[in-house]
Amino acid sequence: MESEKMATEITPKGYVNFFEESHGLKSWIFTHDHKRIALLYFYGVVGFFLMGVVLGLLMKFEMITPGETIMKPQTYNSLFTLHGVIMVFLFIIPAVPAIFGNFFLPILIGADDVAFPKLNLLSWYLYVIGGIMALSTLILGDGPPDTGWTFYAPYSVKTGTNVIMAVMAAFVLGFSSILTGLNFIVTMHRMRAPGMDWMKMPLFPWALYATSWVQVLATPIIGITLLMVVAERVLGVGFFDPSIGGDPVLYQHLFWIYSHPAVYIMILPAMGLISEMIPVFVKKSIFGYKAIVYSSLAIAFVGYFVWGHHMFTSGMSGQARVVFSILTFLVAIPSGVKVFNWVATMFKGSIDLQTPLLYCMAFIFLFMIGGFTGLVVGALSADVHVHDTYFVVAHFHYVMFGGTGFAFIGALHYWYPKMFGRMYNKKVANIGFGVLFTGFNILYFPMFILGIQGMPRRYYDYLPEYSTWHKVSTMGSWVVAIGLIIIIANLVKAYRKGEPATGNVWGGITLEWETKSPPPLLNFDKPPTVTHGPYDYSILNK
Amino acid sequence: MNTNASNFVEQVDLAFYVIIGISLILLIGVTAVMIYFVVRYNKKKNPTATQIEGNNKLELIWTIIPTILVLIMFYYGWVGYEPMRNVPDDAIEVKAIGRMWSWTFEYDNGLKSDKLIVPLNKAVKLNLVSMDVNHALYIPAFRIKEDVVPGRNNFMWFEAQKLGSYDIFCAEYCGQRHAYMITKCDVIPVEEYNSWYAEGAQALANPSDDPVEAGYNTIKANGCIACHSTDGTKLVGPSFKGIFGTQRVVVTGDEERTVTVDEAYIINSIKHPNDDVVKDYMKGLMPGYDGQISDEDMDKIVFYIKSLGE
Repeated sequence: MESEKMATEITPKGYVNFFEESHGLKSWIFTHDHKRIALLYFYGVVGFFLMGVVLGLLMKFEMITPGETIMKPQTYNSLFTLHGVIMVFLFIIPAVPAIFGNFFLPILIGADDVAFPKLNLLSWYLYVIGGIMALSTLILGDGPPDTGWTFYAPYSVKTGTNVIMAVMAAFVLGFSSILTGLNFIVTMHRMRAPGMDWMKMPLFPWALYATSWVQVLATPIIGITLLMVVAERVLGVGFFDPSIGGDPVLYQHLFWIYSHPAVYIMILPAMGLISEMIPVFVKKSIFGYKAIVYSSLAIAFVGYFVWGHHMFTSGMSGQARVVFSILTFLVAIPSGVKVFNWVATMFKGSIDLQTPLLYCMAFIFLFMIGGFTGLVVGALSADVHVHDTYFVVAHFHYVMFGGTGFAFIGALHYWYPKMFGRMYNKKVANIGFGVLFTGFNILYFPMFILGIQGMPRRYYDYLPEYSTWHKVSTMGSWVVAIGLIIIIANLVKAYRKGEPATGNVWGGITLEWETKSPPPLLNFDKPPTVTHGPYDYSILNK
Repeated sequence: MNTNASNFVEQVDLAFYVIIGISLILLIGVTAVMIYFVVRYNKKKNPTATQIEGNNKLELIWTIIPTILVLIMFYYGWVGYEPMRNVPDDAIEVKAIGRMWSWTFEYDNGLKSDKLIVPLNKAVKLNLVSMDVNHALYIPAFRIKEDVVPGRNNFMWFEAQKLGSYDIFCAEYCGQRHAYMITKCDVIPVEEYNSWYAEGAQALANPSDDPVEAGYNTIKANGCIACHSTDGTKLVGPSFKGIFGTQRVVVTGDEERTVTVDEAYIINSIKHPNDDVVKDYMKGLMPGYDGQISDEDMDKIVFYIKSLGE
């Protein structure tokens, strides 16, 4: 308790935080400090995210009218491919683990760094190299890839565009992801502070633990699959193209054996963030701690066995479709358990409705819409109708952007004062939230309607009967852009002019709030000892 | 949305209603409770939180009830889907051929059409054939879709229950003109269908006297005009207009050379399109038609291209 009191005071003069410890470019690009590596990721990930946003806005603008608006079909096809590759491999997979995981996992478990700091830096370099490779397709080779981020064979084998560079980029990024996962697993096994049993570990580390196993075990499959595409293109080895003896459906199996678990790499850490934030603003123990832990592990495990639901119309055997459908419905249950536990946590709390909690509530609402529409596409007959339509596009944007995206921005508002030692303007932050939430729904909800009406995805052009909702959706994209600008401007301004933040701005009791803002190089002045559960807010009343 | 245009619509839509209905109740319920808690237990009204660690009974309830609900959802999805895989024995079989970026429907008597013509209230089975990459045949009004995968014999079937003309889309991304790989399914009365079918057979036996028309019909039936215009417009491939007899720069392997567009060149380019690709056009997009088009039809195509002038 004493250290807590200390930390709530404004940081004393002469205190050196991890920013001030050393200076210059070299001190950053050769750093072994997990916090600095997290920030390196932060700038990279946000940069790529903004690129993905711009590509998305251009796509939506093209869609405002049928026929050509601002670009040709080939350009549009490359745009949605790059939008997907950037958002999936360069934003949403690394965003939460590589930024918040790197920065806060060691602090949350009371460690001074991750288990393998050098490996951590290597992961970042692989991330940057993969990112540059993906972007290089814009200027090198015969044009950016036009296959969709899924690189479905045999089209990806036949097209003349620069597919090889793009899949090699995804291959390299895969290693970045594997190494991060490996690092986190070892860190959690070996470096928890004295007194922190597994069942006293906060829920964000738990979510990262489940995620890391998926990263380590599933990612190699996409690696080898993408190499097979390269081998087929370069050497003519017939894996997937039937004209040289391959099987296109084999590609889809291999691709989704990774890419479905990857969906959980994207959402599980975000769920961990929500579990971390809600108790702080409710001042109450999380409801059903163990249920949330086990549901994370269950999602990660069952998530391996549902990939076939991406292929209900591929010509897979009827029995396989039935089995994959049942398993898909079952994987929804642990997600539901989490939602019920989050809401129950608010019961009889003492709720302080700050910006991060608004994001948590938006997450729960949008994630439910994403989840429920996931049940629609998990049902065999309904999926046959809406598979590969805008319905699916809306569904995964609700889960990925409405879920992980909102959790990411919420966590940024939650930990911003800890990371940068300054507080943003809360009123502007709430306005930014409101605009983003409104714009998000105007942008993506019409896509559900378009999908049910039968509008296929990845269409450069459309029949006139689909015009209305396409127009509405495009206008929503502008509102989203305005929301993002408000949010970013507010945070950038805070970085330069914000009020200095105290060590414990929200009155949290997890370990990051026991150290100063921003933390010192080794995170704590003296190694912490854990005496209470991560959300045992009864200590406040003692 | 329920139009009953095909035999599957009712069951598929029922699955939508059941799943979306249950979901809406849960969505509104959970959201309302959440907002109520935030208002009711605001720190001003409730300065001290009551610590509750959890409740195993509740955990059980909200595990078991959703399990039952999702199994109900699965059931409705399965019931609507099951008949889609069981084709009646008396179904009319039509070969649906997908290629970048057009459809051809081939009937038992050899009749080829770029539209799918089907009789009312008769089961129709589509045998799905792709000549190049993955496509998916999607008829939204009928609630059916199945991928058209090269090297595989996928199928789908339906019974149209309402006269009309319905959109057919390609739903699996297949390249540059994916969005234009669309056509119609015309549902016509049985008598009309029978006479169309018989007339078609007759027309095949006695092809059009007008060789230009015959040529045009041939390129249309084989999907050529999806990529090659007949009026000089540049699509994915070169236009047919005014090319015959001219000199063109082509890329053979890695080398550029100039060829004259003559009969031999046209026929070889149809059979082996990647041998000599006209400069500035992309290699690898067109499937080879070797063995797909008869010599007779080749002659018709050549004649037609000739007729478009030099």
